[in-house]
Amino acid sequence: MIKTILQRILQLIPILFIVSTIVFVLTRIIPGDPAVTMLGPQAPVEAVEELREELGLNKSIGEQYILYLKNVLKGDFGKSYAYNEPVTKLIFERFPNTLILTAISLILAIIIAIPIGIISATKQYSIFDYVSMIGALVGVSMPIFWLGLMLVLVFSVNLSWLPSIGMGSLENGIWDYVSHLILPSVCLATIPAATFARITRSSMLDIIKQDYIKSLRSKGLKERIVIWKHALKNALPPIITVIGLQISTSLSGAILTETIFGWPGMGRMIVDAIENRDYALIQGTVLFIAFLFVFINLIVDIIYLYVNPKINYEGKKGGE
Amino acid sequence: MSNRSLDLKSQEEMLKKERKANNAWNKLKRNKTAMIGLVIVVIMTLMALFSPLIAPSDPNELSLSEVHLKPGEKGHIFGTDEYGRDLFSRIIYGSRISIIVAVGGTIVGGIIGILLGLIAGFKGGIVDSIIMRLMDGMFAFPFVLLSIVLMTVLGSGTKNLILAIGIANVPSYARIVRGQVHVVKNEEYCNAVRALGASDNRLLFSHILPNIISPIIVYATLNVAGAIISEASLSFLGLGIKPPTASWGNILRAGKDCLNTAPHVATISGLFILITVLGFNLLGDGIRDVLDPKMKR
Repeated sequence: MIKTILQRILQLIPILFIVSTIVFVLTRIIPGDPAVTMLGPQAPVEAVEELREELGLNKSIGEQYILYLKNVLKGDFGKSYAYNEPVTKLIFERFPNTLILTAISLILAIIIAIPIGIISATKQYSIFDYVSMIGALVGVSMPIFWLGLMLVLVFSVNLSWLPSIGMGSLENGIWDYVSHLILPSVCLATIPAATFARITRSSMLDIIKQDYIKSLRSKGLKERIVIWKHALKNALPPIITVIGLQISTSLSGAILTETIFGWPGMGRMIVDAIENRDYALIQGTVLFIAFLFVFINLIVDIIYLYVNPKINYEGKKGGE
Repeated sequence: MSNRSLDLKSQEEMLKKERKANNAWNKLKRNKTAMIGLVIVVIMTLMALFSPLIAPSDPNELSLSEVHLKPGEKGHIFGTDEYGRDLFSRIIYGSRISIIVAVGGTIVGGIIGILLGLIAGFKGGIVDSIIMRLMDGMFAFPFVLLSIVLMTVLGSGTKNLILAIGIANVPSYARIVRGQVHVVKNEEYCNAVRALGASDNRLLFSHILPNIISPIIVYATLNVAGAIISEASLSFLGLGIKPPTASWGNILRAGKDCLNTAPHVATISGLFILITVLGFNLLGDGIRDVLDPKMKR
C-alpha cells in the first residue's frame, strides 16, 4: 500500500506543473495591461513603463514563465495591488474562513443525510423513502445561489431570525458567531446532503440483500445492530468516495455561497479580484485552490485505498 | 412443413415483441420519473423555441410607472421587474438564452472532449500521456473557478459563455471516452474491421464511437443540467449574459438586489432554473438506467 501511495505522490509532480502552466497561460491572456489597471487610465506613460519593469512584464514571455515558476516554488505569489499586501498573506487570512464554512456544511450534510439514506434503504418504497428521495432529487438540482437568497428572504428578511451577511466574531459571544454561520452552511450543505442520502441508500440496498446479512439476522442479532453496524460498515466505501468528491465540489460551491452571504473567504476574494482585475491575486488564489484540489484528491484516494478491502490486500481485512 | 413455418413465424413474432420491449425508448417510457423529466424538458424547449408566440409582451419594454408590480397585478402574471418590464415575458425569453447556452456548452465540450478522448485512447503512448495529463491539469480546477477565469479571459456574451462552459467540460468527456476506447479497441469486431483494411478514421468514427455512445449520451444529458446551473451562476456573478438581454441567471442577479422590496423576481426566476435542472436530471437518470443498468445508483 505504501508503494501505491508513493506512486500517487510522484504522479502529483507533473500535474502540479501542468496546473501552474495553465494558470500562467490563463492569467497572461486576460485582456488588459496589469500596469495600466493598477495605475488607472490617466497614469503617465513613464509611470506605467516603470511599473511594467518592476512587475517583470517587459521581459520575454519565456523569462516571465521561468520567473513565475521559481516564485511558485518559493511560495511567493506576488503582491495584490488592491489590498497592497502579499497574496500569500491574504490567502492565509481568508482560507481558514472558507475551511470553516466548508467543514461545517459537510459535517452537517453527513449527520443529516447518512441516517436518512439508511432509513430509506431499510424502509424501501415507504412514504419516508419516497419523500426523502424526492427531496434528495430536488436537492441535487438546486441552484445554491438561489437557495441562499431564499434562505435570506425567509430567515432574515421575513422572520428576522438570522443575520444575512458577514461573519460573526467570537468576541461578540458564541451566538454571534454561530448565527452568522447557520444560513451559509445550510445553503452549502444542501447538494452534498442530497448526494450523500442517495449514495447511502443505494449502497445500503446493495448490502442488505447479501446473504451474510440474512445469516446475521437468522443468527438472532438485533436488526439495529445488523443495519447500523454490519451493513453500514460494508456499505461505506462508495459513501466515503462520494464524500471525498464532494469536498472539492463544496469548496467550489463556497465561491457562490460566500458571494451571497458576504462571507470573507477565498471564494469571495477571487470574485473581487476578478472584478478589480487584481492579476497577482487572481493568479495566486486560483493556483492555491487548484493545488488544494490536487492534494484533497490524493488524500481521498489514500483513504479509499484504506477503507476498500477489495483494493487493500495488505492492510486489515474489511468486514467480518 | 406448414407447422414448422408457423412455428418459425410465431417465434419471429415473439422475438419482435421482445425486441420491442427491450428497445431503449420503450424501457424509458416505463420509467415514470424519466417521463416527468422528459415532459419538463420538452415544455422548456418549446418555451424557448416559441418565445415570441408565448410571451405576452416585449421582454425589454420599459414601463417606469409599473416598477416591481406583484405577480398578478395589472395583468402581469409574474409581476414586473425593476424597470417595469413584464417578468413572465423575460422568463420566457430567458429560457432561450439559458437553454441555448446549456445545450451549446454541452455540445462544444462534448465534441472537443470526445475527439481528444478518441485520439488519446486510440493512439496511446506519448499522445495519450500528453492529452490526459493536460486533462488532469484542467480537472484540478473547481468547475466554477475554471469557468469564471475563462469568462474573464473571453469576456461576457452568449458565444463566450458557451465556449467557457464547453471548455470547462472537456476533461470529463475526454476521460469517459478514453476509458471506453481502451476497453473496446482490442475487441474482436475492431480487429475484424482492421483486417478488412478499414482506415483508422473509419474504425474510430463508424465502429468504435457508436459502440461507446451510451455513457456519452447519459453524461451529456446530465451535463445540460449542470450547464444550466453554470450559466445561471456565471450570470449571477455578473460574468455571463449582460443585461438587458434576459437570462435566468441575470434576472436572478437583479432579483438579489431587490429581495426586500420585490422578492418575486428572485423567487420565480430561481424556480424556473430549479425545475429545468430537475427535468434534465430526471431524464438523465432515466436514460442511464435504460442504457447502462450497471451504472444504476
